[in-house]
Amino acid sequence: MTVKLKINGAEHDLDVEDDAPLLWVIRDEVGLTGTKFGCGIAQCGACTVHIDGNAQRSCVTPVSSVVGKEITTIEGLSANGHTPLQQAWIDHQVPQCGYCQSGMIMAISALLKTNPKPTDDDLANAITNICRCGTYPRIRTAVRALAGLE
Amino acid sequence: MTILTPTRRMILLGGLGATGALVVGYALWPSHRLERDDALDAKPGERFVSNWIKIAGDDSTTIVIPHCDMGTGIYTSLSQMAAEELDADWGKLRAEAAPPDPLFANGALAEGFILSSRDMTADQLPAFLRGTIANTFRTVAGFMSLQVTGGSSAIRFTGVYGMRMAGAAAREMLVKAAAARWNVDPASCTTKDSAVFHAATNRRLGYGALVADAATYTPSSNPPLKPKSQYKIVGKPVPRFDIPKKVDGTTNYGLDVKQPGMLYAAIRISPVFGDKLVSVDESPIATSRGIKKVVRLDEAVVVVADRFWRARDAVATLDPKWDDAGNGNVTSAGIMARHIKALAASDLKKDITTGDGADALGRGRPVEATYTVPYLSHAPMEPMNATALWKDGALEVWSGTQDGLGARAFCAKVANVAMDKVTYHLMPMGGGFGRRLPGYFNFLEHAVKTAMAMPAVPVKLIYTRDQDMQHDYYRPNVTSRFKAALGTDGLPLAWLNDYTTDDGANDEAHIAYGVPNQALRTAKVATHIPTGPWRSVEASWHGFFIESFADELAHAAKQDPVAYRRALLKDKPRHLAVLDTVADKAGWTTPLPPGRARGVAIFECFQTIVAHVAEITIGQGGVLKVDRIVSAVDAGSAVNPDGLKAQIEGGIVYGLTAALNGEITIDKGAVTQANFPDYEMVRLADCPQIEVHLLESDAPLGGAGEPGVPPVAPAIANAIFAATGIRIRELPVKNHQLTLAAR
Repeated sequence: MTVKLKINGAEHDLDVEDDAPLLWVIRDEVGLTGTKFGCGIAQCGACTVHIDGNAQRSCVTPVSSVVGKEITTIEGLSANGHTPLQQAWIDHQVPQCGYCQSGMIMAISALLKTNPKPTDDDLANAITNICRCGTYPRIRTAVRALAGLE
Repeated sequence: MTILTPTRRMILLGGLGATGALVVGYALWPSHRLERDDALDAKPGERFVSNWIKIAGDDSTTIVIPHCDMGTGIYTSLSQMAAEELDADWGKLRAEAAPPDPLFANGALAEGFILSSRDMTADQLPAFLRGTIANTFRTVAGFMSLQVTGGSSAIRFTGVYGMRMAGAAAREMLVKAAAARWNVDPASCTTKDSAVFHAATNRRLGYGALVADAATYTPSSNPPLKPKSQYKIVGKPVPRFDIPKKVDGTTNYGLDVKQPGMLYAAIRISPVFGDKLVSVDESPIATSRGIKKVVRLDEAVVVVADRFWRARDAVATLDPKWDDAGNGNVTSAGIMARHIKALAASDLKKDITTGDGADALGRGRPVEATYTVPYLSHAPMEPMNATALWKDGALEVWSGTQDGLGARAFCAKVANVAMDKVTYHLMPMGGGFGRRLPGYFNFLEHAVKTAMAMPAVPVKLIYTRDQDMQHDYYRPNVTSRFKAALGTDGLPLAWLNDYTTDDGANDEAHIAYGVPNQALRTAKVATHIPTGPWRSVEASWHGFFIESFADELAHAAKQDPVAYRRALLKDKPRHLAVLDTVADKAGWTTPLPPGRARGVAIFECFQTIVAHVAEITIGQGGVLKVDRIVSAVDAGSAVNPDGLKAQIEGGIVYGLTAALNGEITIDKGAVTQANFPDYEMVRLADCPQIEVHLLESDAPLGGAGEPGVPPVAPAIANAIFAATGIRIRELPVKNHQLTLAAR
């Protein structure tokens, strides 16, 4: 039952079931804990990772469906230092508890690849991640600033 | 709420720690304890000048924070308060968590709330601390063993009575040391950026060079504090220390704990609160991969496995049998019927009566209304979890809680060992909101008991979202009935408020409005549903009740809701300033097209006054959209203005979710909702534009985390009435069919 996954550029041979959820394999097998567990049913987005560059909720993703694909977690988002998006999060003091922000940043960084200047409506339509601390107003401000819309 | 005036029973201590850093801080006992502080917490090259401030030879300064990080930014703002009085170089400053040891109890909080009134009874304690009593924690750890983060207390108590004093005392010791070295009058020395200066002789010594000498002085118990006009660090929007690690996934929360050989546990708790486990057949998972053990607890079954998803799937496969504690038929409708019956009783318990109380109700035009709020779950993003290791009669626990010291004492009690047999690692929390306060530690109990069934193996227990939502300590379901009598000027002559409660009278039911005759009474309703403090506690319900009814009175008097409140607050200049600011910034008098409307609400809690104006649109099919919330805030002044704004913004979103969607219902004695689709959250698409305006006043520093919540629901309900003529008397709003037809 070996599954071969490529996570943040590194190959991992993992002895897990085909239907093991990617979230828990990333966290417990590979040991990358930046990706969070929030709901387990693809509702909250805390577990968002990139699969071939697209945002996907890993808690309901069976590992067999991502074999041969490029899996990127928050740890692999940038090879050196913070990305402009992460820096904008610091500049605008976005996080509070911070728990949802890995998923939030992964979801929004994927959006920005296809839509580098999202309007507030674009952002609201694309990003359904939950932040219980209520950082949405600052997320909007930070994304506007990044898009040069401020 | 009544805020007791802290007395000064704490003693400032200073000295050199074993590792050579100056240490200054508070002791609650008149004994020298800095050596113990050092042994516990000083790194090589550091000495404690107090247990809250450490200065090393290279001037680097550490503020030790007796609170935990749940996202409110208090590590930064408390450091600002200490650094301001210390005249520290902000660039050389860092903050760290205090160890969960009685030496680092947040004494100022204990002092503020408890020590000043030793004969206090449990129900006189502020609600967010009641769990500490219910838990007999007071007996376990004594009055001082609190490291509670809750009740918007960190800045108000630890900051004002702790951090400022410790910073000022340390500065005074460093100045004395420099003056002695130079043989000059200490009064001729000044301080700036972690150095002492003597202008007349143009000399300078960095704090690091003075550490050893400074430690020989005894800190004064009442050091002079800076006037606000001289503040250079407090009042500035300082970037938070914790944020860089929260954007790259490197903050380790309780969920992220890793220990060698660690196993994972998933739990199923009896759906009906209070029911016990009778039996569980393990055979369905006998051949499942990775299963290590099935642990039977009083009211739960736990599966321990080598990986979490295997434990989770296995425990879901089991079919545990529960006994029946007699609550299996309880429903929300049944609880509501108990509210109505309790309020109809003739023997309601009196809280306060002013003037002629209810006897004055006959003197004017009657207005009556009854409101209800539902149970609510906290639903922090990080589900409850704890990692525990039971080995050789000692316990090691890793978990995020709002009271590290209380958690340590609790774990000792569960394991029935002395507190010194428990090592507790306080982890950052993915949200707290009251859920992780002492008294509400079911997850810790379950983790410790599971670990004790698996000796010598670290076990991480994680509640799934379902378990987290169905085994919370809920914001209570409360019903409140008002009767008022309006005089010829439309203002109330009499105000009667009867409300249900599951403990005692609530201070937050006391109104700021000037009404000459008032009577407040309570009706006790007991249920088997566990309740607890939820962000803003009592204010979360009384804010909705009072501000909805005040709006009904304004409309009954055919007066503008802002003008009406102004008339009732004419003797409250801070309230008036907040109300005028929010009305001005929101453009209150600017007309809106049909289908759009504004609503206002103002509420004071945790010593902070907040008013919101909600601007809404009722669209096609009665769909409500909250377009904008404008807020005005008087928290006295802001330590970190950007941080205060962030907390108010967060409170608004938290209150908005509750107002629009929040509802935990009970069926067959159990919680119906299990996860986010049925307990829906506000997301980006539903989040209005939010503007927060801060006011400065001379009032003592108020809370930040909670006061933004209470005025949200009434501001929205009042806006809905203005748009539609429909009065929302039961939350959440989603249960009401809105239409413009009534207008």
